[in-house]
Amino acid sequence: MSLMSEVGQKAFNLGVPLAVHMDVTYRCNERCVHCYLDHDDHGEMTTAEIKDVLDQLAEAGVFFITFSGGEVLLRRDFFEIVEYARRLMFNVKIKTNAVMIHEEEARRIRELGVDTIQISVYSHRPEVHDAITKLPHSFERTVKAIRFLREQGLRVTIANVLMTVNSSDHSGVQALAAELGVQYTLDPTITPMMDGDMSVLSLRIPGEELTEIFRNPALVGNQEEFCAPPKPPSEEDLEGYSCSAGHSFCYISPYGDVFPCVQFPLPTGNIRQQKFFDIWNFSPQMNEVRSIKAKDLTVCSSCSHVGSCSRCPGLAYMEGSMRGPSTADCEKSFYRTGIATANMLRQGLSKPRTMASNTASLIQIRPIAVPA
Amino acid sequence: MPETCIYIARSSAIAARALAGEMMVMNSADSTFFTLNEVATTIFQAADGHTPLRDIVRDHVCEQFDVDPEQAQADAEQFVAELSGHGILLVSSQPLASETP
Repeated sequence: MSLMSEVGQKAFNLGVPLAVHMDVTYRCNERCVHCYLDHDDHGEMTTAEIKDVLDQLAEAGVFFITFSGGEVLLRRDFFEIVEYARRLMFNVKIKTNAVMIHEEEARRIRELGVDTIQISVYSHRPEVHDAITKLPHSFERTVKAIRFLREQGLRVTIANVLMTVNSSDHSGVQALAAELGVQYTLDPTITPMMDGDMSVLSLRIPGEELTEIFRNPALVGNQEEFCAPPKPPSEEDLEGYSCSAGHSFCYISPYGDVFPCVQFPLPTGNIRQQKFFDIWNFSPQMNEVRSIKAKDLTVCSSCSHVGSCSRCPGLAYMEGSMRGPSTADCEKSFYRTGIATANMLRQGLSKPRTMASNTASLIQIRPIAVPA
Repeated sequence: MPETCIYIARSSAIAARALAGEMMVMNSADSTFFTLNEVATTIFQAADGHTPLRDIVRDHVCEQFDVDPEQAQADAEQFVAELSGHGILLVSSQPLASETP
């Protein structure tokens, strides 16, 4: 086990929120076709409020903080926020589309000691990338920004969200990442919109195409190991938890709402009304999330994949129950190994339903009403 | 021959946080990650750039831990050299201004 994994396990066991994802705004200068956010400002936290939250997070033991959005640089106080976070000695990561990063911003990011900058690139073809972001010349601006950041010696990761409209472009984006000297990560997850609109799910790549991705060593490493049939679940697997959401990780929205994860829209409290410490330690919802072991899962506890599945409790919650299966992850387990999941078997399916035909009602993150 | 004073300060490139009495330290320049034991954490926290290392050892380490002063000084110097090699601590024979981002 690496030192980082050991520390992560220690924080998990102690219930310390080691990492927090904070969206500082939902406003954005792009309008990506798959984006789940409502880009209007419904009352973002002020600079002073965010600084107060950062003080509380440092006190709670948070080490890693990711600032994301929306587009973080649309906040005029963004560098002031990052500077404050760095003075509190957080490890800071930034997620951005980078179109507002020029030489000066890149230099400032380096001076502030930011750890990593994750940048969304959808295609190596400008016309495809720009069609997805709906911002003309965004590809050119984003790639230029990556070069500025690299000139400063900063670590950059290209995040390549795969969907129907760019599913054949991952090799091209990988080659672009190599040319730019940056890391590459691929994500085939498309999330329903905040208002419950599921039309974006039609952009999810068909399951059959996942098979090709899962058998590509350039993307998954050791393909034989990655696609191996699941081992029979052990006692340890059944006593285990799904992920770090609510255990050593949480999400804070621009309005101060606290959730177990950015992909887990279970409201647990609002930082404008309560201290972070109280939400993290005493929220009944947070405590419920962290009480659920694999053996408590209604369908998945009897599934052969339970020890190796990437089951997301947030996506399961969006489908109706945080103890239930996450169809998207069932699909991944099936197309990765070729072995049906318990969720499929109970529905008499030999292969997963396509996500476009998944009509489960979904719950999404919405701002929690804060009394005036 | 007069004893050389060593001053130490934390680099502005690092992130750090205590977890159950141990300090996690990461250098953003190369993502090297360390955890410091309690004694090392005490030295790290006292590295303000103004206090000589021997005073840190005498006033903090020897006060808080049951250690031999000479051995503690030798261990502290080794620890400082190691962390300075990783860019975590800055070392000088003159007082240092604390680096802030």
